[in-house]
Amino acid sequence: MEEQVIMNQLSYPVLTTVIFLPVLGALLILINRRRWETATKWIALITSSATLLLALPLFTHFDKTTFKMQFVEKHSWIDKWNVNYFLGVDGISVLFVLLSALTAILCVLISWYAIKVKVKEFYISILLTTAAMIGVFCSLDFFLFYIFWEAMLIPMFLIIGVWGGPNRVYAAIKFFLYTLVGSLLMLVGIIVLYFYAGKTFNILDLMQVSYPYSMQVWLFWAFFAAFAVKVPMWPVHTWLPDAHTEAPTAGSVILAAILIKMGAYGFLRFSLPLLPDASVAMTPVMLTLSVIAIIYGGVICLGQTDLKRLIAYSSVSHMGFVTLGIFALNSQGLEGGILQMINHGVVTGALFLSVGVVYERTHTRKLADYGGLATPMPIYAAFFMVFTLASVGLPATNGFIGEFLILLGGFTANKLVGILAATGVIIGACYMLWLYQRVFFTSINPKVANLKDMDIRETITLLPMLVLVFWIGVYPNAFLGFLHVSVEHLLERVNSAGVQDVNIAKAIMEVVVK
Amino acid sequence: MNFQLPDLSPLIPEIVLTGLALIILLADLFIRRKEIVALASIASVAIVGLLIFRFSGTTFGGMFVSDGYSTFFKVIFLINVVLSALISIKYIIVEKVNYGEYYSLMLFSTIGMMLMASATDLIVLYLGLELMALSTYVLAGFIRHDGRSSESALKYFLLGAFSSAFLLYGISIIYGLTGTTNLSGIASYISEGGLSGSPALLLSAMLFIVAFGFKIAAVPFHMWAPDVYEGAPTSITAFMSVGPKAAGFAVLGRVFMVAFAPIMADWTAILIVISILTMGIGNIVALSQTNIKRMLAYSSIAHAGYALLGIIVANNEGIASMMNYLMIYAFMNIGAFAVIIMLRSEGFRGEDIHDYEGLAQTHPLAAAVMLIFMFSLTGIPPTAGFVGKLYLFLSAIHAGYTWLVIIAVIFSAISAFFYLRIVMFMYMRDPKEEVTLTTSASTNTALGITVAAVLFIGIFPSYLLGFAKAALAAF
Repeated sequence: MEEQVIMNQLSYPVLTTVIFLPVLGALLILINRRRWETATKWIALITSSATLLLALPLFTHFDKTTFKMQFVEKHSWIDKWNVNYFLGVDGISVLFVLLSALTAILCVLISWYAIKVKVKEFYISILLTTAAMIGVFCSLDFFLFYIFWEAMLIPMFLIIGVWGGPNRVYAAIKFFLYTLVGSLLMLVGIIVLYFYAGKTFNILDLMQVSYPYSMQVWLFWAFFAAFAVKVPMWPVHTWLPDAHTEAPTAGSVILAAILIKMGAYGFLRFSLPLLPDASVAMTPVMLTLSVIAIIYGGVICLGQTDLKRLIAYSSVSHMGFVTLGIFALNSQGLEGGILQMINHGVVTGALFLSVGVVYERTHTRKLADYGGLATPMPIYAAFFMVFTLASVGLPATNGFIGEFLILLGGFTANKLVGILAATGVIIGACYMLWLYQRVFFTSINPKVANLKDMDIRETITLLPMLVLVFWIGVYPNAFLGFLHVSVEHLLERVNSAGVQDVNIAKAIMEVVVK
Repeated sequence: MNFQLPDLSPLIPEIVLTGLALIILLADLFIRRKEIVALASIASVAIVGLLIFRFSGTTFGGMFVSDGYSTFFKVIFLINVVLSALISIKYIIVEKVNYGEYYSLMLFSTIGMMLMASATDLIVLYLGLELMALSTYVLAGFIRHDGRSSESALKYFLLGAFSSAFLLYGISIIYGLTGTTNLSGIASYISEGGLSGSPALLLSAMLFIVAFGFKIAAVPFHMWAPDVYEGAPTSITAFMSVGPKAAGFAVLGRVFMVAFAPIMADWTAILIVISILTMGIGNIVALSQTNIKRMLAYSSIAHAGYALLGIIVANNEGIASMMNYLMIYAFMNIGAFAVIIMLRSEGFRGEDIHDYEGLAQTHPLAAAVMLIFMFSLTGIPPTAGFVGKLYLFLSAIHAGYTWLVIIAVIFSAISAFFYLRIVMFMYMRDPKEEVTLTTSASTNTALGITVAAVLFIGIFPSYLLGFAKAALAAF
C-alpha cells in the first residue's frame, strides 16, 4: 500500500485546505448579518480566490513522472467500518481540482449583481458545492467519495431550484431524483465491493483485487447508473437540458464545467481500473451510446430556439466525445477524453458565463430576441467568438487538441465509430456557427440595440477561460504532461487484467437475467 | 414462610423512575406553573439516565434482564421523552391543555417501554406493553376539546386493544406448546422437543408479528397510524412515532432472536414480505399527502420497513444496525416534529404542507433546520440518516440480501420526492401569508440538540456505531 502513494510534502495539508476553506467561507457567511450583502460577496470571493491560490502548488509541485497518488493525507475516520479520511490526487484528478477552484471564483464574480434574493444562501450553496466537488476529485476512499458525491446534491438542488428560471422547480427535482437513483445503485455496488475485497473502502486496495466476471458485469451497470446519469450519456441525459436551462448562470457553469465531469471521472477512477474485464467487454455498448450521444445531441442542437438549451444539448454531444475517448481504451483516446473534459469545462463554462452576461441585461434566453449583438457589444462578441470556435474545435484552440486525440483513439478502436464521431464534429460546427450568426450578426434586433458592452468585472470573469483556451490549444503538453504516466498506468491495469475471452451477447444476457 | 426478596438492583432505574413519576403526579396538584412539572420530569429522566449504565444483571428468576441491548433502547426512550417534553412545554399551552398529568403519563409510558426492552419473559413483556400503550392512548386524546384528538385516541385504543388480544393469543398458544413463558426456555423447548415444524408454533409466531406489526406500524397493520398521528397532539405524535416504535422493535428483536431462533427461516421469510410492503406503501402513499403530520406518519411507516431489514438479517450485525437506525431516527424525526410544532400558533394549525411555502424567506433559520431533517430522513450524507441507512444496507448485503437492499434503495429514492417537496415549498415558493413561529427556549433547545446530533452522527458516526456494537456484546 505504502509504495503506491506519496505523502503530502507541502508545509500544509493542501487537499484538506482546498476542500475545507470553502466550507469555512460558508460558515463565515452564515454568521454574517443578512443585511451586509456586500460583505457576503467579498467573503465568497476571497475564500474562493484563496482556495485557488492554495491549490496552485498542486500544479507547480506535481511530480509528472509517477502514477502514484500524490499530496496524500490519510487519517482513520470510522474504525468500525475501516473508513479512512484518505485524500490524494494523480494525473487524472489534479487538473479537475484546479478547474473546480477556478470555476468557483468565476461563479462568484458572475453572480455579483445577478443574484438579488437570498444572497447569503446563494453564496453558501456555491461554496459548499465547490467543497464537495473538490472532495469528489480528491477522495481515495470510496465511502468518503460517496459522501462528497451525494452531499453536493443538496446545495446544487437549491441553486437550481431557488435562483433558477421560470421552470426551475421541475428542473431541480428532476435533477435530484435522476442523480439520486443512480447514486443509490452505485452505493449498493460499493457495499458489494467492500465485502468482496475484505472490508475495505480504500480505492487503491480495492484495485488490487480481481473480481469474478459476472460480478464485474453487474457492478459495471450499477456504477453506470450513477456515472452515466451524471455525464450524462444518452438515454439518461434528459435532466441536463432542463437543469442547465433553468439554473442561474453560476449553476449552469458549475454543472457544465465540473459536475458533469464527475460522471466521466467516475468511469476513469472506478469502472475502468476496478472492473477491467467488464469495461473491455462493454466497450461496444459504451461506444455505441457515445456515438448516439454525439450525433443525437448535435442534431437536437440544430433545432433549439433557446440559447442555454442549445449549449446544454451541445454538452450532451461533447460529453459523448469524452466517453468515446475513454472507452476507446487506448492512450490517445483516454488522454484526449480527459483533456476534452477540461476543455469542455473551460469552453462550455465560458459559454454559459457569456450567456449570463447578456441574460443579466435582457432577461431572455430566446434566440429570436437577439441579433446583431456585435454592434453594441464588440468586446463581448470577440470573447464569444473565441469560445464558439473553441467549441467547434478550430486548430489553435483547446477544442481541437481534445477532439483530434479522441478521433485518433476512436479510429484506432473502431473505424466506423471514428467516422460517425467525425460527422459529429461537422454538426457541431453547423450549430455553433449558426448560433453565432443568429446572435451577433444579421440585422440588429431593436431589443438589444442599446446594450452596454461588458464591464471590467465581466471581462475579468471571462479572461481566465480565454487564456486557458489558447494555452491548452497552443501548448497542450503543459496539461497532457500531467496525464501520460497516469493514463499509461490505467491502461496497463485494464489490459493486464487477463482479458478474458468474453462473449458480449452472453454478458448482456447475464445482466438481463440478473 | 420463607420469603426471599429478589435481587432488585437491575431494576433500580425503573423503580426510581416509577417513584419519581408518582411524586411528580402528586406534586402536580400543588404546582401552578406546569413548566416546573416539565422540568422536574426532565430532571428525573436525567437521574435515571445516570443510573441505567450502573446496573446490569438478571433478576426475578430470569424474567427481567438489564443488559447492553436493553440499555441501548432505554437510552433511546429517555432521549425520546426528554425531547418530547421539551417540545411540549409551549405547545400544550397553545393547545390550552396545560395539565401536569401530561408529563407523568409520558414518564409512565416510558417505564412501560423500559420494561418491554428488558423483558425476558412474555408476562413481563405484556405488562410493559400495556403500561406503555394505556398511557399513550390517554396522551393521544389529551386535547379533550378537539374531536380529532379524541377520535385519534379512540382509534388507537381500539386497534391497540386488538393487537394486545393477538399478542395474548400468541402467548397462550406458545405457553400451551412449551409450558413456559420464558424466552430462552421457549427456544430450548422448541429445539429439544422437535417442535420447529409445528403449525401451532408458526401460528403463534405470526400472531406475535401481527401484534408488534401494529406497534411498529408495519404494513398491513399500519392503518391506524396516519389517523392517529394526524389527530394526536403534535408533541405526542413525535413521542409515539419514536418511543413505542422503538419498544416494538426491541421486543421483536429479543423475542424473535431468542425465543423463535429455532424457526428463523420461517419468520425471516414473513418479515421480508412485510418489510417490502412497508417500505413500498409507506413511501408511495406519502407522496400524495398534503398534511405534514400525515406525511410523516407514512414516512414513519416506511422507516419501520427499513429498520426491519436489521431484524431480517438476524445476526448481531443486523440487530446493531437496527438499533443504530432507531437512535438516529429518534433525533431526526423529533427534530422535524419540533419544527412542525413551531408553526402551530393560536388560531393557526400550520399542518398543511402549503403553510411551509416561503418559510425560508420569513424564517430562514427554521427553514434551514427543517432542510437538514428532511435530507436526513431521505438519507443524504453528511447527515445521520445516511449513516443509519448505510449500516442497515451494509449488514443486509453482508448477509446476502443484495436484492432486498436494491428494493430498499429504490424506495429510498422515491421517498426523496416527498421530503424534497417540503424543502421545495420552503425555499422555492413565495410566502402566501405571514406565518408566525411559536418559539420558546425549550423548543429551541430541542432543535439545537437534534440538529447537532444529526450532523454530528452524520460526520462522526464512530461513537454511535461503537455504542450499538458494544450493546450487543452479551446478546
